[in-house]
Amino acid sequence: MSVPITSNNVSSNNVPSNRVRVWRFGDSVNTDDMLPGKYAPFMVGEDKFHTYAFAHLRPEFAKTVQPGDVLVGGRNWGLGSSREYAPQALKTLGVGAIIAKSFARIHYRNLLNLGVPAFTSAELPDVLTDGEQISFDITTGELLRADGSKHQLPPPPAFLQEALQEGSILKYYQKYKRFPGEAAE
Amino acid sequence: MSAADINFDGLTLAERILSARVGKRVNANDLVVVDIDQVMVVDSIAPSVIRIVEDELGGEIKHPSRVSVVIDHVAPASNVEVATTQKHLREYSKAHGLRLFDVGRGICHQVLIEERLAHPGWIVLGSDSHSTTYGAVCAFGTGMGATDIALATASGKTWLRVPETVRVRLTGTRPPGVTAKDVALTIISELTADGATYMSIEYQLEHDDWSLSERMTLANLAVEAGAKVGLVPPNEAIRKAYDVPEWLEVDTTATYTHDITINLSELSPVLAAPYFVDNVHPIQTYAGTPVDVVFVGTCTNGRLDDLHIVADILRGQHVAEDTRLLVIPASSKVLEDAVADGTFGTLLAAGATFSTPGCGPCMGRHMGVLAPGEVCVSTSNRNFIGRMGSPEAKIFLASPATAAASALHGHISLAEEVAA
Ligand code: SF4
Repeated sequence: MSVPITSNNVSSNNVPSNRVRVWRFGDSVNTDDMLPGKYAPFMVGEDKFHTYAFAHLRPEFAKTVQPGDVLVGGRNWGLGSSREYAPQALKTLGVGAIIAKSFARIHYRNLLNLGVPAFTSAELPDVLTDGEQISFDITTGELLRADGSKHQLPPPPAFLQEALQEGSILKYYQKYKRFPGEAAE
Repeated sequence: MSAADINFDGLTLAERILSARVGKRVNANDLVVVDIDQVMVVDSIAPSVIRIVEDELGGEIKHPSRVSVVIDHVAPASNVEVATTQKHLREYSKAHGLRLFDVGRGICHQVLIEERLAHPGWIVLGSDSHSTTYGAVCAFGTGMGATDIALATASGKTWLRVPETVRVRLTGTRPPGVTAKDVALTIISELTADGATYMSIEYQLEHDDWSLSERMTLANLAVEAGAKVGLVPPNEAIRKAYDVPEWLEVDTTATYTHDITINLSELSPVLAAPYFVDNVHPIQTYAGTPVDVVFVGTCTNGRLDDLHIVADILRGQHVAEDTRLLVIPASSKVLEDAVADGTFGTLLAAGATFSTPGCGPCMGRHMGVLAPGEVCVSTSNRNFIGRMGSPEAKIFLASPATAAASALHGHISLAEEVAA
């Protein structure tokens, strides 16, 4: 499984080459916002539930989001129930990364287990605007805006980069029968 | 490297447990992969876990003896679908040699502690967020989602980011009538609902006369401040009851992300008003609010000492006419003890009704869910909209003492010994 944004998408003259859209959200986006409980896979079908992502909060989202797009949130992204089909819907839609001021703990693990890169930044969520085009390198954490300004996010630890290369921690374990960063038996 | 060779100086309890486990000194924010001592799966999450283990991970279970399955969230089954799922769960557990605690044995966290499936210094994962409860015996207990639990079941391991630590210092002694629940709620109001997200809460008690049950109440509610674990350092009683590794002790030179100090002698009883656990107020703020249902039970406050508090307040009296008192012991052992020492009889005589040990209506699935407009005083841990049934019901979280006094008077009340 490939990761939607590659490490080569920032060209040397600072012009973003592989642009993706920013979807900006506020604080405390919960898992019910991401996927309302009544659109759970067993209610609407395994092949359709992702089309209801943010159905109440941003009805146009699931129809217009493009693979690689970056979601930006405020504090405590993903609070609420530990339902895994909420991040699964984002994964299925091809969301490239999530940048938030902070993440709720169980949801953060779910994102990484499923293979949606999650980045924490105290300032950037207030800087980025909804709908703007950026280029974002998920392996280095380098983010380039259309005006040429550059922002550096802490890159994912080596452990997670290894996992994301396989698609997710679950996929990594399936392949190697061990966790990334763990010595082979 | 064995634990004896590790330099534990300046490490928090969480860092110590994880360092000992990986065999080298680790610090907050390091990523580790660790062996797990016990995985706990509850009835409502088990079907997803089994599906992932079977379909995605080849059906392997690394250490069946380290997996406990508890049927407690909807127990006994409320409808044919649930009954069918639970039937499958029994068969699966038997076929794979998993430890099964069936209907009526009690609430997962209570059962694991009673069965000594959590020990000081152990790492215990649960498919339920209140798995922080195992911190009562200073085990690294934490809740995770279905994929994590499935991976842990299949591999016997998990990955963890070593948490930073908030230190909560409890000085002074509790005035009469101020219970562990009042202290735990006060801590959450100070930290707020996300004040300890990802972190370990390390409780440092100046006068540690806290019982195991009180330690469980404290650690149970750690997750309501967002914490990954809530660790209560072992006291004399815990050291007597368990083998406590010598490295498992508080090091006050450790690095804490932040620090709060609460002088227990200044506290008074509190409640959490709808709809958030950190919406904490003195009982007086809501005194007089009519109450339809009082629920005494759950992994927070359904133990023998909690029932004793309620029985002491109700002895020889009767619950108010328009109020129902529902008591659900946290386990079969609690029920047995309450029958043996007369508590059960005292509560029955006072007008209480009982149900099968388990979660009961705590998460609104069965056994006493609330109608629109109803007000409930509950000894549980969550008062979110719709948690116990109707989204138009209101839940006040309080101590067993406040619950008993409110049942007696039919409205939110301070227990007499405190009011006097
Ligand atoms: S008693 Fe309530 S909080 Fe505790 S495990 Fe059961 S449902 Fe969860």
